[in-house]
Amino acid sequence: MLHDLFNALEETLFMVFSAGLLTWVIGLPLGALLSVTGPGKFLENSFIHTPLHFIIRTTRSIPYIVFMISIIPFTRLVAGSIEGSVAAVIPLTLASIPYFAQLSEKAISKAPVGLIEAALAIGASPLQIIYKVLIPEALPNIIAALTNTLIHLIGYSTIAGALGGGGLGNLIIDKGYQTFHTNYVIATVIVLVVLVQAIQICGDYIANGSVHKNSNV
Amino acid sequence: MITLNAVEKTYKKGNALVHALKEITLDIEQGEIFGIMGRPGAGKSALIRCINLLEQPSRGSVIVDSCDLTILSTEGLRRARRNIGMIFQQPNLMSSRTVFENIALPLELAGTPRDHLEKTVRQMLNLSNLADKSEAYPHELTLLQKQKVAIARALANKPKVLLCEEVTAALEPKAKQALLQLLRDINEQLKLTIVLITHEIEVVKAICNRVAVLHQGEIVEEATTVEFFSAPKSEIAKDFIRTATRQDMPIALRNRLRSQPFEHSNPILRIAFVHSSNHEPSIADIIQRFNLTINIIQAHLETILDTTVGIVIVETIGDNEDIKSAIYALEEKDLQVEVLGYAPRFI
Repeated sequence: MLHDLFNALEETLFMVFSAGLLTWVIGLPLGALLSVTGPGKFLENSFIHTPLHFIIRTTRSIPYIVFMISIIPFTRLVAGSIEGSVAAVIPLTLASIPYFAQLSEKAISKAPVGLIEAALAIGASPLQIIYKVLIPEALPNIIAALTNTLIHLIGYSTIAGALGGGGLGNLIIDKGYQTFHTNYVIATVIVLVVLVQAIQICGDYIANGSVHKNSNV
Repeated sequence: MITLNAVEKTYKKGNALVHALKEITLDIEQGEIFGIMGRPGAGKSALIRCINLLEQPSRGSVIVDSCDLTILSTEGLRRARRNIGMIFQQPNLMSSRTVFENIALPLELAGTPRDHLEKTVRQMLNLSNLADKSEAYPHELTLLQKQKVAIARALANKPKVLLCEEVTAALEPKAKQALLQLLRDINEQLKLTIVLITHEIEVVKAICNRVAVLHQGEIVEEATTVEFFSAPKSEIAKDFIRTATRQDMPIALRNRLRSQPFEHSNPILRIAFVHSSNHEPSIADIIQRFNLTINIIQAHLETILDTTVGIVIVETIGDNEDIKSAIYALEEKDLQVEVLGYAPRFI
């Protein structure tokens, strides 16, 4: 059993952290773009903001299982297959990008207008304002957003697993649902709870660390 | 150093077109501290933001250090802005950066090499007396210290001009004095041109060489600070000086004041003199010469930069012709005399 569990955990971690990394890389700039092009913001641009916002809200309103199935053709096109953990990373990433982008947008939008004005006055370019001023200032909240996203991804990944993506979701379907092995069910529940708590604690620690920097020295 | 040429700012509010600034023309010279006074809503914030184009003027040109900002490209404007420091009512510091890192920000943005950056930041820390706070985070500082950091950050790129938006408005009186002193010091040490906007006459009095009064988007008066205090011309300027320097008449008198003389009334005069013209006892002199009786209702000495301006409100009792001649005689001696009105005998 331990062997199965370990393999499943490995697959789950692979799915969650690959998708998490891709989400960070794509979602953060998207969140920043969404924030600075918003109404009344310093790069206000409704041609970018409105469609982007629409896409994100639409994607967010589709339950993951529906989303995953509806983009199967795309997944197949990119990954060549829809089976396995690697293929599962694609719908996972696409589903978590809007979630993370929306949370980062909120975090970045909290920056006071005056700060942006001050940055403009010292000759900062829009890009510099985003990565030198807005993102560093919002970092504790962005890390908290990433923590939430990773926890969401664990949930999504079990669904992905159930639909052929492997990992803990696959394990629980296989051993728990099809052949009712209570010990597998209990073990999977424990592993998931520990995993989520571990991510939450690490996330809080890092987020607080970056705030703590402010109250220290 | 700064020339504003018929600058206008209009924006749409619903269907109406709002004229925030109307035909503003100003010349601000190298090395002076120029104050722009006005009530809230007069357009001060829009005006000062037009100088570094944080607000794009709708018309007119803005020339800073012989460079017309309104025709520059975006990149050119960014470069030009490094030559124009600005500080705000709020310090607007980055909470995630230490004092040192906050001051270093404009240098990082400009791609300054590390050793030069450190040297410059140290200079700025010393200039604003913050050397011991270099590693502190903004939330550990008082508002005054934060404003000093904001000044240091604004000066890090060695600009020729410093724009100050209501920087002292949120400070308690002692901190206010300290900040104004710092501005005065850097003006002297760096020969920096400073433009500030304020609604507080104390600020003008403490550090401005010249002042312009903005009212409903228009400049209604422009004068040296001493002139402004001794001989305000516009109603709004007079109002500022009356209320802010406690030059208001006692209410009992003000209520009885008429604009035209009437029976048994005496003129109430406001006499202002600048220190240099006050070598001789002018007022005592006219009392004797024209056989007048004078009741001093209020007297006030203002120190403006290094000049003393005296403002006295008196009730003048005597023959009408004599009073006219007395006013003439005072004006001959460069005293500013204004008839505030006529009141029945007060005392």
